Amino acid sequence: MSLKIIVLAKQVPDTRNVGKDAMKEDGTVNRAALPAIFNPEDLNALEQALRLKDACPGATVTLLTMGPGRAAEIIREGLYRGADGGYLLTDRAFAGADTLATSYALATAIKKIKDYDIIIGGRQAIDGDTAQVGPQVAEKLGLTQITYAEEILNVDEAARRITVKRHIDGGVETVEGPLPIVITVNGSAAPCRPRNARLVQKYKRALGAQEKAPAPACHPEGVNQPAYPELYETRPYLNIPEWSVADVNGDLAQCGLSGSPTKVKSIQNIVFQAKESKTLTSSDRDIEDMIVELLSNHTIG
Amino acid sequence: MEENKGFENLNVWQKAHSFVLNVYKYTKAYPKDELFGLTSQYRRAAVSIAANIAEGYGKKGINDKLRFYNIAEGSINECRYYVILSKDLGYVNAIESLTLYSELIVVQKLLSSYSKSLVRNTTTNYHLLTTKKLKTMANFYLDNPSMKHHLHHPLMKRIVELKERGFADKDKYDYAPLDFEDAMDSYEKVLEIVGEICGDIIAPNAESVDHEGPTVANGRVTYAKGTQENLDAVRKAGLMGIAMPRRYNGLNFPIVPYIMAADLVSRADAGFENLWGLQDCAETLYEFGNEDQHQRYIPRVCGGETMSMDLTEPDAGSDLQSVMLKATYSEQDGCWYLNGVKRFITNGDADIHLVLARSEEGTKDGRGLSMFIYDKRNGGVNVRRIENKMGIKGSPTCELVFKNAKAELCGDRKLGLIKYVMALMNGARLGIMAQAVGLSEAAYREGYAYATERKQFGKAIIEFPAVYEMIALMRAKADASRSMLYETARFVDIYKALDDISRERKLTPEERQEQKRYSKLADAFTPMGKGMTTEYANQNAYDAIQIHGGSGFMKDYACERIYRDARITNIYEGTTQLQVVAAIRHVTTGTYLNRIKEYEAIEYKPELQNIKSKLVAMTGKYEKLVAMVTETKDNEYIDFHARRMVEAVAHCVFGYLLLQDANEDESFRRSAEVYVNYGEAEVDKICSFVSNFTQEELAAYKQA
Repeated sequence: MSLKIIVLAKQVPDTRNVGKDAMKEDGTVNRAALPAIFNPEDLNALEQALRLKDACPGATVTLLTMGPGRAAEIIREGLYRGADGGYLLTDRAFAGADTLATSYALATAIKKIKDYDIIIGGRQAIDGDTAQVGPQVAEKLGLTQITYAEEILNVDEAARRITVKRHIDGGVETVEGPLPIVITVNGSAAPCRPRNARLVQKYKRALGAQEKAPAPACHPEGVNQPAYPELYETRPYLNIPEWSVADVNGDLAQCGLSGSPTKVKSIQNIVFQAKESKTLTSSDRDIEDMIVELLSNHTIG
Repeated sequence: MEENKGFENLNVWQKAHSFVLNVYKYTKAYPKDELFGLTSQYRRAAVSIAANIAEGYGKKGINDKLRFYNIAEGSINECRYYVILSKDLGYVNAIESLTLYSELIVVQKLLSSYSKSLVRNTTTNYHLLTTKKLKTMANFYLDNPSMKHHLHHPLMKRIVELKERGFADKDKYDYAPLDFEDAMDSYEKVLEIVGEICGDIIAPNAESVDHEGPTVANGRVTYAKGTQENLDAVRKAGLMGIAMPRRYNGLNFPIVPYIMAADLVSRADAGFENLWGLQDCAETLYEFGNEDQHQRYIPRVCGGETMSMDLTEPDAGSDLQSVMLKATYSEQDGCWYLNGVKRFITNGDADIHLVLARSEEGTKDGRGLSMFIYDKRNGGVNVRRIENKMGIKGSPTCELVFKNAKAELCGDRKLGLIKYVMALMNGARLGIMAQAVGLSEAAYREGYAYATERKQFGKAIIEFPAVYEMIALMRAKADASRSMLYETARFVDIYKALDDISRERKLTPEERQEQKRYSKLADAFTPMGKGMTTEYANQNAYDAIQIHGGSGFMKDYACERIYRDARITNIYEGTTQLQVVAAIRHVTTGTYLNRIKEYEAIEYKPELQNIKSKLVAMTGKYEKLVAMVTETKDNEYIDFHARRMVEAVAHCVFGYLLLQDANEDESFRRSAEVYVNYGEAEVDKICSFVSNFTQEELAAYKQA
C-alpha cells in the first residue's frame, strides 16, 4: 500500500513586498509588477506532504496547480524539494476564476488523477486571503476536511485514518479523520525544506508545453528555444504535463469567469500619502510597535 | 489592541494604582508601632503590584513582561492576606476591608486576562515579525555580486573540463552536467540554495547557537538546537559531500564552488562552517583510502553523516610528530585498536573519524604515525569533556578517550603524518581561509550597516572621514581576501583533478607539467592566504566593533560574536607564525615573485595603470628587501624577518589580484585603490624597519 498525496499549490504575486506599482488604476493587483512566488502556506502544505513521503516508503507526492504557462514554476519548485510530479491546469477558459470556479477546476482535475489518499494545500493564498478553495474542493469531492492543520501526526494506512494537530483560537486540537481527506495547512506549520542540490540539477530544465513553445520572434526577449531540445525526448520527466478544460472533462460554463458568481461590488483604492516620515531603529521594540500600528490601521492583517 | 501610549492607560494599572492610594489612606490610621511592621509591609506589597505592572509594560519581550506580571500577581496575593490581617487585628472595619478586597480581586482578574491577551497578541505579532524578518533576509549568494564574479573566472573552463572528463557522467546520472555551461549553471543554482539556507536559517540561528552551545552527557555530544536545525537543512538540501564523485552520491563539484559555499556559510555563522568544512575529511579518505573504504564511508558522508579529524593531543598541538595515541594490530581479530587521548578535536563526536596514531612501537617522530578510520558505530571512543571556548561556540571542541577502539588503517603505514595529514591540513587551511573571508565580509557588513544608521553630531557617522576610512579598508581587505581565496582554490582544483585523473590513467607530459605547476602554486598560496586572510578577519572584526563604539562592546550586536569567532582563525590549522614558516621558502625560491611577474604581464585598462605602477614599485622594493635579508645567510636573522617578507609580498599579490578583478569589473576598482594604497605604505614600513635594522640588534629581542 502506498500513500498517494496531491498538493494543491498556487503561484501568487508577492503581496508581502508591495511597491508603489502594486495596484493597477482599476484597483486590481498588478501581477506584472510583483514577483510571482509559491504561495507561502502552500509551501507549508508541501512540507507536510514530503514528511509523509519520508515516513511512508512508496508514498508519492503530486502537485496540482492552476495558472498561466509560467506557473509550471510551482511544479518545478515541488520537484526540487522531492515531489514526484505535477500537473499544470492551464487554459484561457480557466482565467478569471473566483474560488468556486477554481475549486471546480481543481476538483475535476483531482477526479482525473483519480487515485489519491490525501489532498493537501495551504490554508489560503496571499493574493485573495479567502481560505475557501480547500474546503470547497473537499465539498465538491464529497470528502472530509481538516482545516488549519499544523502537523500531520500519524497516518494509519491499514485503518485508513489520519491524525492531525490543528490550530484553533488560543491553542491546538488533535483530530482524526478518514482517508481520503482534504487538509489545509496553517502558516504556523513547519516551514518548507530547502531545495535539494541534486534534484535541482536533475529538474532544472523541466518545462511545461507553453514554456517550451518558441516565443514569436517579436518577443522582447527573443526566441526562447529550450537550450537542449533533445533532452525532452530522452528524459520524459522533464516534460511538465499541462491540462486544459477538455483534458479534465470540465464543463466550460463552470470554469473561469463564466463559472464565477462572485461579483466585485466596489474596489476601494487606498493610497497612503505619507506626510511625515518615521525613523525606526532595528530594535525589536520599534518593529513590534510599527507592526501593532500597521495592524491597528489595517495596513496589514 | 491596546493603545501604545504608556502604562498609564492600562486599565489594570489604573485599578492597581487606586488600590495603592487606598492602602496608603487606610494605613495612615494604623497604630504607630505598626509603622515599620504591617504598615510598611502592606504599602510595599501594594506598590509592588502597580510598579511591576508598569515595569513589565516597558519590557519588550513577552517572557520579560510575564516575569513582572508574575511578581505583581504574587504581591496581589500578599495584599489579600494583609487585608484579612488588618481586619482581624481591627485596624479596618468590615466595609473598608470588603472595598479593598474587591478592588484587589478586580486587579487580579484584569491582570490575568491582560497577560493572556498579551500571550496571544504577542504570538501573532511574533509570527508577523518572523515572516517579515525572513522576507528581508537576504540570499547570501545573490546579494553579493562578487561571488558570481569569482565563480566565472576564465580558469573555470579548464577546471570543469578536468573535473568532468568529457562529461561522461551525463548518461549515467540524471543530475550530471551536459557541458561546461550546464555545469556552471548547476553550480550557481546550488550556491543559490546555500545562499538561501545561510540567509534564512544559519544566520538567524547564529546568535542562539552562540549562547546555547553544545552539551556533553554520557560521553556523547548534543548540538545546540540551532546547530541541529542547520545540519538538518543542509542535509535535506543534499549539500554534504559536494566535492565527492557521483559514484559515491556526491555532487562532483570542483573546490571553487565548494569553498564558495564555505565562504557563504562562514558569513552566516563561522562556527557552523567548522561542521560544514569537515566534509574535507571525505576528500582525504577519497585520496588515500582504498576502494572498499570509499564505498563504505563516502556515501555515508554524502548522506549527511559528519566527520572529524583527530590529530592533536594534550602534548601534541603544533608539533604533531609527538602524537602518542597508540595503535596496536591484533592478529587474532585482524584489526587495529586505538588507545589514548585526543584533545581539541572539532566535532569530536562525529560519525566517522580520521585518527592520527602511533602504529610503530618505539618510534618517537612523525615516521611512526599512521592514519586510521574510526567508525562510531563500532564504539570505543567517548567524549570526556567539551571545551568552553571564546568563540565558534556552536562547534563542539572535544577531548576524546580511545579505549580499545576498533579502527582500520587508511592508506599505508607510517605515511600518516608525513603524507596524509599534510594533505588534509592543506585542505583544512583553505577551509579556514574561507572562514576568514566569510567573517571579514560579515564584519564589514555589520560595520557598514551601523555606520549608515548611527547618527551623531547631526549626521550618519559614515560621513566622518575617520569612520569611512575604516569601512573602505574593511571592504578592501574583505575583497582582497576573497580574491586570494579563489585564486588559491583554483590552483588546488587543477592539481587535485589531475591527481585524480592520474589514478585512472597516465598523465601526458603536458598534464604532468601542469600538475606540478599548480601544485607548487597551491603550496605557496595556501599558507600565505591562510596567514593573511585570517589576520584581516581579525582586523575587520576589531574595526567593526570600533565603528559600533560602546554598543559594539555590548552583547546586543553581532560584531562582538564575529570578533570572538575570528580570533581562532589565525591560530588553528597552524598559527600565522607557522604559515610564515611554510611560506618563506617560496619567498626565497621565488615562487611568489614569478607569479607576480605573470600578473604584471597581463594587459590592464588604461585607467588602472596608476595602480599598476604602484604595484610594480612595491614589487621592486620587495625584491630588494629579500636580497637584503637573505644575503646575510644568517638563518636566525632570516627567520626574524620572515613574516615581514611574507607580508610584503602578500601585499603585492593581493594588490595584483584586486587589480585583475577591477580589470574585469569596475566595482572592484575602489577596493583595488584602497588596498594598494594601504599595501604600499605597509611595504614601505617593512622596508624601513628592515633596512634600519642591524643583525646586532637581534640581541635586544632575544629572551635568554
